[in-house]
Amino acid sequence: MTTALRWTRANLFSTPGNAVLTSSIVLLFVWAVPPVIDWAFLRAVWTGTSRDACVGADVGACWPYIWARAGQIIYGFYPDGERWRVDIVYALGIAGTLWLTLPNIPRKWLGAALMIFAFPVAAYVLLLGGVFGLEAVPTLHWGGLLLTLVVAVVGIAASLPLGILLALGRRSELPVIRWFSVTFIEVWRGVPMITVLFMAANMLPLFLPESLDTDKLFRALVAIAIFNAAYMAEVVRGGLQAIPRGQEEAAKALGLGYWRRMTFVVLPQALKISIPGLVNNMVSMLKDTSLISVIGFLDLLGVIQAGNTDPEWASPNTALTGYLFLAIIYWAACFSLSRYSARLERNLNVGARP
Amino acid sequence: MSAIISVSGVSKFYGGFHALKNVSIEVGQGERIVICGPSGSGKSTLVRCINRLEVHDAGHIIVDGAELTDDTKRIDAVRREVGMVFQQFNLFPHLSILDNCTLAPIWVKKMPKHQADELAMEYLARVRIADQAGKYPSQLSGGQQQRAAIARALCMAPKIMLFDEPTSALDPEMIKEVLDVMVELAGEGMTMLVVTHEMGFARTVADRVCFMDGGEIVEIADPETFFTSPKSERTKLFLSQILQH
Repeated sequence: MTTALRWTRANLFSTPGNAVLTSSIVLLFVWAVPPVIDWAFLRAVWTGTSRDACVGADVGACWPYIWARAGQIIYGFYPDGERWRVDIVYALGIAGTLWLTLPNIPRKWLGAALMIFAFPVAAYVLLLGGVFGLEAVPTLHWGGLLLTLVVAVVGIAASLPLGILLALGRRSELPVIRWFSVTFIEVWRGVPMITVLFMAANMLPLFLPESLDTDKLFRALVAIAIFNAAYMAEVVRGGLQAIPRGQEEAAKALGLGYWRRMTFVVLPQALKISIPGLVNNMVSMLKDTSLISVIGFLDLLGVIQAGNTDPEWASPNTALTGYLFLAIIYWAACFSLSRYSARLERNLNVGARP
Repeated sequence: MSAIISVSGVSKFYGGFHALKNVSIEVGQGERIVICGPSGSGKSTLVRCINRLEVHDAGHIIVDGAELTDDTKRIDAVRREVGMVFQQFNLFPHLSILDNCTLAPIWVKKMPKHQADELAMEYLARVRIADQAGKYPSQLSGGQQQRAAIARALCMAPKIMLFDEPTSALDPEMIKEVLDVMVELAGEGMTMLVVTHEMGFARTVADRVCFMDGGEIVEIADPETFFTSPKSERTKLFLSQILQH
C-alpha cells in the first residue's frame, strides 16, 4: 500500500503542475466515461423484436436493432442462399491470418504463399461466382462488413507493393523512371480521395469505349490502390533514405545486381523501419473504406446508415447505437492492426544497430 | 609480371573538385600495393573507381582484361572478381554473420546453400571467428566485424582484394587482429590494394608503396626506398608527420 502511495506521489503529483494535470484528467474521465457506460450498457435494451422495445423515457442503447440487422451488416445484400460462400471466405481469411500472426504455428512461408496466391483466387471465385455452377453475384450486391474487408484487404495488398516500386523508382538513377515516379506520386497525393473515387466510378466510363467498361467496384479498387500507393511510396522512401549508403555499396562490391541488392539488403532494412508509417497508412486506409459509400456502395457504414432510417426501428437511440457499434468494430480492427505491428517491430528488432 | 589492374590517365571530379588528376598505375598479379596520403588526397576514390563504386570521368581502367564502362553486366562481372573491405565494415545488420557471407555465393554464384555454408565456415575459421557465425553484426566487436567483412569478401573467391582504410574505424587494441588476417592473406599470394596509414603493415607486406596527394600519385616505390630515401618533398613531409610519434 505504501509503495503504491509512494509511486502515485512520485509519478502523478511530483510537482504542482503535475498534480493539476492528474486531477483534471481524472475529473475528465469521471465526467465523461460513466454516462457513456450507463447509456451503452446499463440502461441499454438487449432484447426485442421491433422499435417498441427501444422507445421509452429512460432507455439507452437499442442493441436488438443491431441483432436484427446482423445479416445485412455481415453480408450486405448477398443473396440469402449464397451466404455460405461468404462464410467460407471469412473462415479462410481468419485461418490464414491466424496462421501468419500466431507465433506457434509453423511453416509461415507456406501460409504466406497460400494467402498471397491461393486465397485471392479462391475468394474471387467464391464471392463473384459465375463459374463452377456458382450463381453469379454482381458486386453491387456486396455490402456491409464483406465489402469493407474486400476494399481494405485488396487496397492494402495492392498499394504496398506498388508503393515500394514507386519509392524505388523515385530513387532510381534512370531519369525517366525517376520523373515518372515523382509525377505519379505527387499527382495522386495532391488529389482528394473522394474526387478520385467519383472519377473512377462516374467519369471514367464516359471516356472509355464500351468494350473497356469494367465493374464499378473494380474501378474503385484500382483507384484506391493507386491513390494509397503514393502514400505508401513516401513512407518507404523515408525508410530507404535512412539506410546508410555503405549497405548498398557493400552489396554492389559483392557483385549483387540491382534487384538482389534491393531484395536482400536494402528493402528488408528499409521496410522494417517503415513499419510504423506503413501501419499508420493501413489503419487510415481501413477507415477510409467508408468513403466508397459516396459512389453508391453500402459498406459497413452505408449499411448501418441505411438501417438507421428504417421506420421499423425508428427510435431516439437507434442511430446512436448504430454509430457506436460501428465505432467499436472499426476501433477493434484498427487496434489489432496496431498491436500486431508493435509485435512485428519487436520481433524484427534482431540485429538492430545499437 | 602481367598487370591485372591497369589504370591509365584517370580523372574524377566531384562537381568542381578535382579528386583524381590523370592517375596511372599498373598492378601486377599477386602484387601488394599500399596507398597512403593525407585525407582528401584521392586514395579512397582511386580504390573505389577500380570496382566502379565511383565512376571515373576520363581515362581507362582495365581489371582482369575487362575495361570498366557503363556496361552493367561487365561491371557486375568485375565486381565478382574484386573483393572490397570498407572502413565502416558495412556488414548487413539484419543478417547473421554466416548469412552475410553466404548471400553473394548463393545469389551471384548460384552455389547450393549447404556448400555456401561450408565455404563460409571455412573462411570464418581462417579469420578466427567461426564461433561467431550465428550472431548478428551488432553483437560483435569492431575487430570481429571487420574480420567477418574480410571473410564475406573472400567467400566470392576474388582475384583482387581492395581495402579502404580497413583499420581506421577500429579501437587501437583491435587493429592488430585485422592486420594479422591481412598479412596472412598477403602470404597466400592475393593481389591486394590497401589504403591505410599503418606504415608497419606497408613495410612488412607491400611490394610497392604509393603516396598520393591532391589527387595525384606523387611517388611510388618499394618500401625500402620509400621509407628510407623518398624523392619528393611532399612525401618526406607526410612521412615525418605520420612517423614522428
